[in-house]
Order: sequence, then structure tokens, then C-alpha cells
Amino acid sequence: MRKINSISILTACFLLLLISSVQAEQLLMARTKQNFPEAMLKLQETLTNFNYKVSRVQRVDIGLTTSGYTTDKYRIVFFGKQKEIDLISEKYPELIPYIPWKIAIFAEQEDTLLVTADPMWFSNKKYPGADKYLKAWKKDIDKILAIMRKTD
Amino acid sequence: MLTQSLKFLFVLLALFSSLNLSATPNGAQLFSQYCSVCHGPTGHGGVGVPLALPDFQYSVTNEYLRKTIRHGRPGRVMPAFTNLSDSEVLAIIKHIRTWAPGKPFTYPTKNIAGNVAHGKKLFAKNCAACHGAKGEGGEGTGVTFSRPRNLPIIAPALNNSGFLAAVPDYMIKATLMNGREGTPMVSFLKHGLSEKDIDDVVAYVRSFENDRFPETIEDPGPPLIELESPLSLDETVNAIKAAAIGKNFKIIRVQYLNQGLAEKGHENKKQVIVYFCNFDFLNRALAIDPRVGLFLPCRVTAIEKNGKVMVMATNPLYMSKLFNNRELHKLCKEMYKTYGEIIEESTF
Repeated sequence: MRKINSISILTACFLLLLISSVQAEQLLMARTKQNFPEAMLKLQETLTNFNYKVSRVQRVDIGLTTSGYTTDKYRIVFFGKQKEIDLISEKYPELIPYIPWKIAIFAEQEDTLLVTADPMWFSNKKYPGADKYLKAWKKDIDKILAIMRKTD
Repeated sequence: MLTQSLKFLFVLLALFSSLNLSATPNGAQLFSQYCSVCHGPTGHGGVGVPLALPDFQYSVTNEYLRKTIRHGRPGRVMPAFTNLSDSEVLAIIKHIRTWAPGKPFTYPTKNIAGNVAHGKKLFAKNCAACHGAKGEGGEGTGVTFSRPRNLPIIAPALNNSGFLAAVPDYMIKATLMNGREGTPMVSFLKHGLSEKDIDDVVAYVRSFENDRFPETIEDPGPPLIELESPLSLDETVNAIKAAAIGKNFKIIRVQYLNQGLAEKGHENKKQVIVYFCNFDFLNRALAIDPRVGLFLPCRVTAIEKNGKVMVMATNPLYMSKLFNNRELHKLCKEMYKTYGEIIEESTF
């Protein structure tokens, strides 16, 4: 028993060492060589494949251009899973202003850029239960952005 | 028991070290992972500066690139990549250099002596229009015209600690003497300055080390701004709308928090979001940092729980820390104040 405990502690130390050597990126970003309409479609399709529902797409560029400003294509994609949003808003009200999660997607000449915040940035020690969801979102977002990067 | 445990730890550490040290880092892959989103896959720029520009390639040293990757530009978007190993940084530099093959430039490392007071006058006359009165740099990011911009490429902040740590005096001098083709930076030797004048400007730029703008962002406070409303939920939502309109915002949409996720008619009607926008403010923000979409649209949420109505918004100063952008932080301060006023007015 004592042997297992010692090994477990040492393993935990090793894992801590490993984790501390990797600095978290706070803004998660991706560039895709797809043009904007293709990237928008691919993003929505990928979110759906990860079992997220796109709750709304805010057309930032339309509002700007109708107000007389010039900008390239720019949208905000809100997404989530109803059960998680309901549960988080009930149990962790501090996170309400930040949900549903969103990805900003905008044209950068011929390419398209995607930006979102690392959900773990909002991890709050007061509500460790919420971390389960934030970690899962982070993991999914990393995969979603990796798919977007690889898609030409 | 202790010996066995230490052996176990040693094996794990050896395994960890070998994983890190034995593999040769792939510069192209690392560039794609960490740099290309801002600098473009072929270094043509975007949110970041165009690294492939020949005049940039032939005027900067590998050490300048190394220190830039390591220190970043505090408050100027470019982050400090402290997570990369030395060999990974070197691999990225080697990859960047493939765009302009040849022997990398080197400069003497000693400082240039010059008349700082005279350099200051010359700087105000020749440099301040683009680089700012105190070398704080131009507003905005990178090289794009996809969003509102004043210049095709943003003038670097010469007073930035990351820049000053990376750049040798002789590189500043070479840039002043030769200019940088493909950017608004001209040769000041061809524009009437003598080599002595240029030395004075270099000495003035170096003096920024003693007189820099504050680069660190102060403690942002909690992630959200919130107040309890004495009104009913419906009255509170109307009060939020009125307060936002009173601050020159246009109401974009009022919706339930889980609207679009829950089945229509089954939304939680006790959680209401009011979205609003001031397009002039937004246009200014986009000119400073195209990534501001994470703040959009402006939003205040009202929720009713256990008979209490709470009004809440994100704290823009908390969000600002994600961006490493001092100019954007100024707008976040404005927005923090505005959110606070809207919430206060709607709960009065």
C-alpha cells in the first residue's frame, strides 16, 4: 500500500512537472486557407459534428456597412449544448455573461481567421465543478480549430 | 522503499528529457502552430507584421528574431513565447530564413554614442508622425486593409521593452539609413539627415529604456460586473434597453440565454440577454485589433432567481488580459465604465 502511495505521489509530481512546462495560450486562434463562405460552412459543420448546436450567427460586417463603415466579412458564431448551458447558468451564475461560447470568424484577404478565448481562462476556483465543462470545451475547441487549420 | 521510488522518478524524468531533447524540432510545423495565424503561412503578414518582406529579412539579425520570440512585445499583441525550447525557437528562425536565403545580417553589439537632446528634436520632426511622440508606435495591428486602417503597415513601438531588448543600436541605425522597402519607412540619409544626426536619433530611441510607457495591465478585478435590481425582470430588461440607448447604443436583439439551443417555446424565460452596439465604437475597436469579436456584441444579461433579479455583464478589463494590446485596453476601460453606468442606471 505504502509502495503504491509513493509511486502515485512521484507520478503526480512528474505529471505536474510536465504540465507546468507547457504554458497555456489564452487566445485560441486558427488560420484557414478557405475563403470566408467556405470557412463559415466548415466551422458550422464541424461544431455540429462535435455535438454543439449553433445558437446564432451575428453578422458584424452587415451592421457596420449599413452604418456607413467599411469592413471585410466578420461574424460571431455562438454555440453550445442546451443541457450544459442550462446547468452552468443555474449552478455557476458568474459564467452567465460568457455563455453560450463564441468564435469570431473573419476574412483576412484570401484566408479566414478564427479566434476564441480559452475556456480554462475563466476557470474559477470558487466553482471547481464548472471546470469539467470548461475543460471539455477547451478540448473540443482545440480539435475544431485543428480541423479548420488543416482544411484548404 | 525510498531508493525504489527515486529510481522510478529517475526513469520518468529520463523519459521526459529524452522526449524533449531527442526529437529535432520542425520549424515549419512550429511556425504553422504558433506564428502563421498572425504572420501568415508564408510570412506575408496579417494581424502580425510581414516577416517575409525582403528588406525586413536582410536587415534583422537572428538574435533580434530570437529575442523577439522570447520577449514578445508587451502590450503590443505579439506574445512572449516562453513555452518554447531554445531548439524550437531556433527551428522557427531557420524556417523564417528560408524565405530569404543568404547569410543573416550581423551588427556590432556596442551602443552608439549620440546627442540625445538633438536626437529628440529630430525624432519629433521626422519619426513621431508614425512612431508616436514618445515612440509608442502606431495604432492597430499588422498589414491588412480588411478592416479600417490608416497605414499599410503599422509603425512599431520603439519604446517597447521587447523591442529595446531585441534590437541592437546598429540595426536601428541601418534602418534609419536605408529605410525599409515595402513599408512607409524611408531612408533618412536620402531625406536630409546626416550620419551624425542618425546616431543622435538612435541614442534618443535607446534612451526610451529609461522612460517607457507602462506596459503591464493592472489587476482587472472579477470576471463580471453585476448588481441586483429592485425592479421586476421585465421592467429591468426595459430599463437596460433605455440605459443602453441613452449611451448611444443601438439595440440589436433581446433574447433568452438558451434561445437557439432549447426547443422553441421551451426557453428559460427568466434569463434575458439584451444585445446592443455602437458602430462608431466598434469601428474604432476593429481598427485597433481585429480580434475584438470576442467582446461582440455588447451585452447585458438580466436573470431572475429565487425572487431576486440580477443584472450582469462581462468585465472588459478581465477580457483585455487575453489580448496583450495596450491600445485595446484603453477601449476596454471605456467599455467597463459604460457597462457599469448602464447596469447602475437600469437597477436604480
